[in-house]
Amino acid sequence: MSFISPTRATPLSVDAHGWGWRHAGRSGWALRGLDLRIEPGERVLLLGASGAGKSTLVHALAGVLGGDEEGESEGRLRVGDTDAARARGQVGLVLQDPDSQVVLARVGDDVAFGCENMGVPREETWHRVTQSLRAVGLDLPLRHPTSALSGGQKQRLALAGVLAMQPGLLLLDEPTANLDPDGVIEVRDAVARVLEVSGSTLLVVEHRVDVWWPLVDRVIVLAPGGGVLADGAPDDVLRGEGAALAASGVWVPGHPPRHPSRLHRPGGVQLHTEALAIGRSTSLHSDIDLVARAGECIALTGPNGVGKTTLGLTLGGLLPAIGGRVVASGLSRGLGADPLRWKSRELVTRIGSVFQDPEHQFVSGTVAGELAIGARATKLSRDETTRRIDPLLERLRLGHLTEANPFTLSGGEKRRLSVATVLVTRPPLLVLDEPTFGQDSRTWAELVAFLAELLDEGSSVIAVTHDTHLVDALADTELRMSRAGHRLESRVP
Amino acid sequence: MATADILTPTAGTGAIYRINPVAKLAATAVIGIALVLSIDWVSASVALAGEAVLFLFAGLGPRRFVRRTLPVAMAAVFAAATILLYGRASGASHWRFLLVNVTDGSIELSIATLLRVLAIGLPAVVLFVTVDPTDLADGLAQVLRLPSRFVLGALGGLRLVGLFAEDWKSLELARRARGIADSGRLRRFAGQAFALLVLSIRRGSKLATAMEARGFGSSIPRSWARESRFGGKEWMLVAMSFAVALAAVGTSVLTGHWNFLAGA
Repeated sequence: MSFISPTRATPLSVDAHGWGWRHAGRSGWALRGLDLRIEPGERVLLLGASGAGKSTLVHALAGVLGGDEEGESEGRLRVGDTDAARARGQVGLVLQDPDSQVVLARVGDDVAFGCENMGVPREETWHRVTQSLRAVGLDLPLRHPTSALSGGQKQRLALAGVLAMQPGLLLLDEPTANLDPDGVIEVRDAVARVLEVSGSTLLVVEHRVDVWWPLVDRVIVLAPGGGVLADGAPDDVLRGEGAALAASGVWVPGHPPRHPSRLHRPGGVQLHTEALAIGRSTSLHSDIDLVARAGECIALTGPNGVGKTTLGLTLGGLLPAIGGRVVASGLSRGLGADPLRWKSRELVTRIGSVFQDPEHQFVSGTVAGELAIGARATKLSRDETTRRIDPLLERLRLGHLTEANPFTLSGGEKRRLSVATVLVTRPPLLVLDEPTFGQDSRTWAELVAFLAELLDEGSSVIAVTHDTHLVDALADTELRMSRAGHRLESRVP
Repeated sequence: MATADILTPTAGTGAIYRINPVAKLAATAVIGIALVLSIDWVSASVALAGEAVLFLFAGLGPRRFVRRTLPVAMAAVFAAATILLYGRASGASHWRFLLVNVTDGSIELSIATLLRVLAIGLPAVVLFVTVDPTDLADGLAQVLRLPSRFVLGALGGLRLVGLFAEDWKSLELARRARGIADSGRLRRFAGQAFALLVLSIRRGSKLATAMEARGFGSSIPRSWARESRFGGKEWMLVAMSFAVALAAVGTSVLTGHWNFLAGA
């Protein structure tokens, strides 16, 4: 074995026979009756509408679904010749959130972590560490602090850590969902190189199908509730099932979701900035001059960490400007022009901010309670509250979840709920941080159509986003931010 | 974006950085235990004098030394001032005002306290600002043979602490954005603290999943990529700490100043 290239693994097969899983405390099965065989060395893209159990399957294959107290399983799931629950170590898993996968403080140590757990001898470990870092293109000193890495670099680090364990099966669960467009390509290319070196079997779950299309040789589509909807070569699946898949919410190349038509009737100025400088303690950007008009959408774009979110929070009256001014005379209705000085309950009827991480915004135990918060803060009557909440629940497909705990919702549902919560108090200006994150193509289209309606009715929207579809569909103006500065571009056709 | 991270590797060129953290732990413990047994100015000043010589070899640099040890110095002065004003009265009284009574006894006790806090605190700080948490974990697991599951789990969790401050700020802004930040400060604080707890548990469980996925906690015996050595340098440091402790206690006992646990 030691003559083989140190990062080469023996590719493993995957077998599912009537396999299913039910989370503890849930009445429905996350996934049921799954029959599937993946040959060693195949590269598979796993698709399915949200809630089809893709992540559950991937976690099960990685052996991290947990024991009996976490839920119950039925049928059989095997990786190579072993039961999936015991295949840990032969299977490598990369997850969505870059921050929660870094284990140790130094780049080299983090990559070595998996090898140590597998009992790999010291000399061999460090050999693998350098090989793996090279394969993912992380050309950094071994002592480089992991906290100084970008999102894309952290994901490549996670990939290197997995590669060093020489897994026969590589599982990727939406590994690029949190990344900016450059980061996405960076990680995809690193995966391609890793597969070339390791030859392992690949199973990737991802909404952004076009990113992975060139890399995979098979596409499997899970049906919601269990079973397989479509299975075959990417082009065959696309030809045969493309339209149906797109309709069920899968992002399919050549089937983009419909963009809503817009009236484009800009109204009065609601907020503008004068030589605004933003930052948390030191200035990230200065001399920003923006004008937000009623009926217009401004997109703030640029790489991770460039200050988009900070700008959004500053415009939303939440963070102080480092220099210059935010002037919201068009929204103030009798208050001063600086939104930072407004009271919290005055703010919610004027500017609605949706945060990057929806979990930061949840304060109630149920979806219904969450929606009532803003109404109570502004002392709306009970009837009026219902009148406002009910249509929102329906438009954003949350009607069946009113009694659910917000923290237990799926990523896409959490995002829609956080948008709904700010709409209850009908603020004329919306500041949305990644509003389309985690949406399948169907909920994406619905959300974007809804935002278009709000714009046509005279709201203005400022959206921090990596989503180029969103920019194309809604933005009248795009503020492109980079480390060197920023540029304002008109997007009106 | 770089975040505040308490695990950021500590690096330096001084000799002290290359010593195994376990030895530093032991040295601090030896001096600390010897000095808490008595409150007298002799043992503390002898220890302090011995330590001062050792600090010269630590290679920390005078500016860093002052900056890092300033809190200890301030704590020492504060403690000493308190004892001076309110400490057990004995001997001639110099100044009385309400509960304040400055006496010969309280002056002596105050000086002893000042020296003692410095003698225990300074080496602890000097030894620990030069410890890299990863190296400490390696040492605890390999040298002291503490269970690796526990040590590495704690090390992984420690990394999340740096994210708490950011979470807290976001939670605060989010509450303002939701319209509920105007009143009920106490209740809001409690709610926010609970939210932080929920978030940190979720982060923790995600990290645990990531660690398990990399084979952490499997039945395979673990190997160590970094060897934690406990050799000549380490024994030397421990021996020196014994020497300082013995000299301090010995001098104090011989000169008759030793008062076991301040019992006299």
